[in-house]
Amino acid sequence: MHKARKLEVMKRIGLKIAIMAIVASAAPVWAGDDENPGVRNCTWCHGTSAQGYMVAPRLAGQRAQYIESQLRSFHEHTRDNPFSKQYMWGAVAALGPREARDLAIYFASLVPKAANDGDRDLAARGRTIYLDGIPEANIVSCYACHGPNAEGVRDIPRLGGLAYFYLKGRLEQWGQGYHSGVESPMPLVARHLGPDEIEALASYLSFVK
Amino acid sequence: MVAARPNLRLILQATMLAVIFPAVGCADEMGTPARQGGLVAKLEYCKTCHGLSGQGYLGYFPMPRLAGQQPEYIEAQLRAFIERRRTNPIMFNVAHVLSPSMLTALATHFRGLNPKPFGGAPRGSIATGKKIYEEGLPEANVPACSACHGMEGKGHHEIPRLAGQLYAYTISQLTGWKKERGQGSAVDTSAIMAPTAHNLTRSQVEAVAAYVSQLQ
Repeated sequence: MHKARKLEVMKRIGLKIAIMAIVASAAPVWAGDDENPGVRNCTWCHGTSAQGYMVAPRLAGQRAQYIESQLRSFHEHTRDNPFSKQYMWGAVAALGPREARDLAIYFASLVPKAANDGDRDLAARGRTIYLDGIPEANIVSCYACHGPNAEGVRDIPRLGGLAYFYLKGRLEQWGQGYHSGVESPMPLVARHLGPDEIEALASYLSFVK
Repeated sequence: MVAARPNLRLILQATMLAVIFPAVGCADEMGTPARQGGLVAKLEYCKTCHGLSGQGYLGYFPMPRLAGQQPEYIEAQLRAFIERRRTNPIMFNVAHVLSPSMLTALATHFRGLNPKPFGGAPRGSIATGKKIYEEGLPEANVPACSACHGMEGKGHHEIPRLAGQLYAYTISQLTGWKKERGQGSAVDTSAIMAPTAHNLTRSQVEAVAAYVSQLQ
């Protein structure tokens, strides 16, 4: 089931890369558009209202400091999971710090919509893990850092309403040893999460408004 | 003959229970320590939130520095969380699964750590904070912090170390003392701080918090 889903995603990404390659060659056309070309470069993958699309996470309503720190980590190649490497390293190569900050502030100002694409039956369990952790298994409460409504703060990201696929993937990647830009306790957190716990958390969070 | 049937059922039930209960006990004994993974795993768990070297961490809430903290203080606080004399839903969950020996081992471990202070406090009010810390505010009935916490802020037994404590954490405790820590006044030392916390103004709290946050 999951394998099939992943395959489908990969297929669609492949198609998208082909389209991007064509569009990129005609990039100057966008420059004359009403919309800021920097924003347009992001929304092409992250969705027209930046609500996320497939593997590209929602940016709308994300913490500005977090977006900025991630753009920096893509630039410095410290956020190194396969999708980051494949898409974001190139995408930010020519992005200066000032433009990165402007983009971060812009996307943070957009109103986020919840993805609502997790498994509803797992949401209650996910909520319990989010709030309480599982102390017996040394799984920490997510709430302590990400906030009571998964809204994030400063450079700690908002998780509420992100897509199930993205949340699940990120939690898996932390456990697999991929890095992020900032000094983060997340590899330690994820190391203790099993597949069931990851699915429950990703499901719960996808419904949080 | 008719009465024999319920008896037989009783015997059967008793036998089943006898078989089931040791099995449950067994799974628990084998399962729990394996999931806990002992002291090393538990320390890692603490440090996920309290900083990788126990220096504290700023999440949605400020997570206090535990490095160099007095073991008696850590133990007393963990017990206060368990007995709900100190109100904190996260720490209640964390603490209530800790065995007494684990509690002692954790507290002892953190005493031995000595990372640099977390930092990040504004520097403007440090001089004011130092004065309050060392001399108190006699006109406002605030004793010198140093009288109990020591000139270097290292604490003593149940009196906590303040040196290097997170600026935001010290502020949150001193401004919310009654709400979070005023639940056990009859049985623990936290009552000592209630009038002092009450008599400090917000800017005085900030000054003291800034001063202690940079003590090594």
